[in-house]
Amino acid sequence: MSSSDSVVIVGSGLAGYNVARELRKLDANVPITVISRDHAGFYSKPMLSNALAGKKTAATLVMKAADKIGAEINAKVLPHSVVEKIDTQARTLLLNDGQTLPYRDVVLALGADPIRLPLKGDAADTVLSVNDLDDFARFAEALDHPDGVKRVAILGAGLIGCEFANDLLHRGIEPTVLDLAERALGRLLPEAASLRLQKQLEAGGTKFRFGVAVQSVDRAASGLKVTLTDGSTLETDLVLSAIGLKPRTALAASAGLQINRGIVVDRHLASSVPHIYAVGDCAEVDGHTLPYVLPLMQQARALAASLAGQRTPVAYPAMPVVVKTPAWPTVVCPPAMDAQGAWTVTETDEALEARFTASGNPEQLLGFVLQGKAVSQRAALAAQIPPLWV
Amino acid sequence: MKTFQCVVCGFVYDEAAGQPADGIAPGTLWADVPDSWTCPDCGVGKSDFEMVEI
Repeated sequence: MSSSDSVVIVGSGLAGYNVARELRKLDANVPITVISRDHAGFYSKPMLSNALAGKKTAATLVMKAADKIGAEINAKVLPHSVVEKIDTQARTLLLNDGQTLPYRDVVLALGADPIRLPLKGDAADTVLSVNDLDDFARFAEALDHPDGVKRVAILGAGLIGCEFANDLLHRGIEPTVLDLAERALGRLLPEAASLRLQKQLEAGGTKFRFGVAVQSVDRAASGLKVTLTDGSTLETDLVLSAIGLKPRTALAASAGLQINRGIVVDRHLASSVPHIYAVGDCAEVDGHTLPYVLPLMQQARALAASLAGQRTPVAYPAMPVVVKTPAWPTVVCPPAMDAQGAWTVTETDEALEARFTASGNPEQLLGFVLQGKAVSQRAALAAQIPPLWV
Repeated sequence: MKTFQCVVCGFVYDEAAGQPADGIAPGTLWADVPDSWTCPDCGVGKSDFEMVEI
C-alpha cells in the first residue's frame, strides 16, 4: 500500500488548487488527487467579499467547475469527500465513504474556520459567516429574501468586516459595523488611516459602533434585535459575523502532527511527520500565520518545487495586502511583528500615505499604508521593503 | 474592449477600465500592459491571465 506515488491534496481552495497547478507545471506525470469536502469547483475566496459590487452570484463566482479544472491540471478530483483519518505509518488516508487512499505525500490545504463567539438569544443560530462559497450562497439568498434585507449588523471591523460593509453599500444596504476595539482595522493600520477609511465608509452609509460587543440576538416584531454589552439594542434584519479566522487543525492533530496556532511547518512546508505538508490558512510557517493570497502563492510554488524533487524553502518578499474597500482604496504592507520603528503619516484630501520606518534609520522603510490615490505607489514602496525571508 | 481574469485568484483586468492604481490608463489593451505588471491581488504575472467573456 505504501508504495503509492500519488500526491494527495486535502482541500480545494486557492491553496490546494494552486499547489496542484504549480506541481503539474513542473511534473507532467506525478498522479495528483485533490480531495474536497464541497463541490470542488475552483473559486477565489477573496472575491466573496466584493461579489455584490460585481453582481456575482455563487454560481458565477465559480471560475472552473471540478471536472474542468481536474482535466486542466490532470488531477483526480474527489468532491464531497472528507478525510476521516491519516494513517502515517501505512501512509494511507481513510475517506468518509470507506475508501482507503495510499499516498506518497499529503498536502494539507484545509483552510480556516471563522471564529464564532457564543451568543445568547433565540435568534443566535441565524448569525451568518461567509467563509466559503456555500456560505456566500446562503448570505446572497438571505439578501434576496422577498421581505427584503435593509439592515445588516456586521460583527468585527477587521478586513472582512470592512470589505463586506463596503460591498453591502453597493446593494443599497446600510450596514452597522460593531467592534470591541476602538477603530477599524486597528491591528493593521495606524490611527489616521483607520479614521480615513471609517469616514469614507460612513459617507457611503455605513455606521460604526466601537468599544461594544454583541451579547444576544433575538427575534423582534420586524427583523432581529441585537443586544450589546453596553446595554443598548440595535434593530437589524441580518447579522454577519466576521471576527477572525482559526486555522483548521483537528485532522492534523489527530494524526499526531505538531500544532501551535496552526499546523506547524518549516520553511519547506514540512510538518513534524514525514511526507505530510501544510499550506495556506491552516499552516503556521516557521511561526507565521498569514491568511492572504500572496503568501499562499509563495508557499504553493515552493512546495510544488520540493514535491517535484527540487527542495525549495518558501521565500517571503514584501507582500502588500489589498483591502477591497473601493469607497476608500487601501493597501497595507504591515511591518514585521518585532519591527522597531514609527509611523509617519502624510495626508491630502485625496490620499493618505503612512510609512513605518526603522528607529535609528529613517531611510529604511519597514511597512506602509497607502490610501486613496496613493495606492498607485504600491509597487514602488513594496520594492523598498526588505523581504521577510529570501 | 476585452476582460482578462487571473486564473490564480480571479482578479479581473478590464481593458476599458485599465488599472489606474498601477498607472495603466483606461482603454489600455491587454497586449499593451507591461510584461512587468503583476496581479495586484496575488502577484502572478500576465501569463497567468486568461481572456474571459463577461
